[in-house]
Amino acid sequence: MNGADRPLVELAGISKHFGEGDTRVDALSEVSMSVMPGEIVGLVGPSGSGKSTLLNVIACILEPSSGRMRIEGKDIYDNRWLKGNLRRLRLDKIGFIFQFHNLLPFLNALENVAMVRELAGASSAEARARATELLDYLGVGHRKAAMPATISGGEAQRVAIARAIANRPRIILADEPTAALDSQRAGIVMDLMSQVAKEQQAAVIVVSHDEKIFNRFHRIFHLRDGRLETVESAPVQANASGMQEP
Amino acid sequence: MNLAYRDIRHGLGRFALTCVGLGMLLGVVLAMIGIYRGLVTEALALVRAPQADMWVVEADRRGPFAESSRIPGDTREAMERIHGVAAAGSVTYMTTDVERPGGRLRFQLVGYEPGRPGGPRNLIAGRSLARSHFELVADRSTGLAIGDTLMLGRNRFTVTGLTAGQVTSGGDPVAYISLLDSQKLQFELAPPAARIEMARGTAGGGKDTVNAVIVQLLPTVPVSEVARSVARWKHLTAISQADQENILTRSVVQRARQQIGLFTSILLVVSAVIIALIVYTMTMDKVREIATLKLIGAPDRTIVGMIVQQAVALGGTGFLVGAILISSVKDYFPRRVVMQPEDGLALAGVVLVVCLISSGLGVRLALSVDPAKALGG
Repeated sequence: MNGADRPLVELAGISKHFGEGDTRVDALSEVSMSVMPGEIVGLVGPSGSGKSTLLNVIACILEPSSGRMRIEGKDIYDNRWLKGNLRRLRLDKIGFIFQFHNLLPFLNALENVAMVRELAGASSAEARARATELLDYLGVGHRKAAMPATISGGEAQRVAIARAIANRPRIILADEPTAALDSQRAGIVMDLMSQVAKEQQAAVIVVSHDEKIFNRFHRIFHLRDGRLETVESAPVQANASGMQEP
Repeated sequence: MNLAYRDIRHGLGRFALTCVGLGMLLGVVLAMIGIYRGLVTEALALVRAPQADMWVVEADRRGPFAESSRIPGDTREAMERIHGVAAAGSVTYMTTDVERPGGRLRFQLVGYEPGRPGGPRNLIAGRSLARSHFELVADRSTGLAIGDTLMLGRNRFTVTGLTAGQVTSGGDPVAYISLLDSQKLQFELAPPAARIEMARGTAGGGKDTVNAVIVQLLPTVPVSEVARSVARWKHLTAISQADQENILTRSVVQRARQQIGLFTSILLVVSAVIIALIVYTMTMDKVREIATLKLIGAPDRTIVGMIVQQAVALGGTGFLVGAILISSVKDYFPRRVVMQPEDGLALAGVVLVVCLISSGLGVRLALSVDPAKALGG
């Protein structure tokens, strides 16, 4: 099995419970799923269905009670990974996109993107060059000196995408990335994520309530009461942006 | 990329105001240290002025500053006859409080023999005493000017010279008059009291009494040798200059030193608590950003570094503000404030340590932040 055929993210029988006895809550029960390179999948479900818990598990910040998780074929949560190593894994392998962009308010757009490159060990010059390249690619190069408080929601989300892909991660986790955007901007953001998934051969996992973007997913995982209820294959619309990832 | 600097730059106004507030507090700490130093300097000014090697006072007394001391006026002549004594001079000390235009003036009056040890030092204007009577050399902190006159007892004295920095351990300025004038002021009874004494048949007691004799020795003669000679007179005690300074700093101003020292310590503790609270609040304001940093993979040292650097920047800037503030206003304090570089450096070191310790609270909070908070979880 070569790299393209192997799932980037594999979950097998993942369960997570909080508390014990009468106060025990089963947030996830026997969830199994996998995401292939270049695939963009949706995690959907009502509130309390376990989407956030599953996202935290995939993000390597919440250890499941049982089950196995693999990233690029390597077992995570098998007691060989120290906390610091998981953080390094997130820095190198996972990009995060948030509902409210979560840009650091004291850094400008360029610095927000360059920071993750510097954290990964790149020189300041190299990090800034990469950040400039990505901001230009995402159409917000002209706003690189702007502070997050002074740019629009759509621009901020593009900067956040630039930050998420700055280290060329293999997995992108997006938590309600379009919830704070109007339809047009939401479409642009999804175009960008599809583009990145395709060109970078990254696995993109999107938690969303936004039905307008469901048609952008290759597959949709429906969660209810912590269980994976159905897996739906969706027809993916063509990417309209036509941009080439640098 | 220095996150601490960029965060400070982003909230520069707030940071500057916080530094000014902290600077005022640290300025008070610096002022207290300066007041403490000033207290010691002032306490030693009077005792160092005569450049004595030895003080001869009443037997079994630690005079003339810590205790009263009265010895015969001819003691000075006896001292001059001891081998190894280069010069000696009789002195009297008395505190006086006189009425003058603009309010009452309280000062220490020193009587000395012109031409002998015990006279004024640091003369900044005018001349020393040239006549045996009714002339006065005053410290400029009295507010007197050359040519001014002052009623002391029943006589009017004219200011002939001014000194600088001549004050007592209590901060009162010092004025110098001749020994004869001071003996008359200190020991002569007012006419009604003298008449009563005369009627009782006790009048006529000698006025030739002094408080101490200041002795300067030849360079090769040890103090202990002359002190042994003095000890043969049972009514006298010899105190070396070092012991006299020790009496002043360890006895006369000891309580004041302790009071100021304790107050300074309390202020430092208060500063530490305030710095800790400021750093904690600054960290609380950044919980979401810290969670985001953790989630995207920033190592703990990046986050801890940001908090510690900000705490140190806060303390350092606050210290500079305080130092500049106190340096600008120290001359307006009623008591002398002595700023010494080594004290400033020591406080800067203490502030640095306090900042590092205080930032621990913020660091603890930052390390406990759950990265899931960034995901809204």
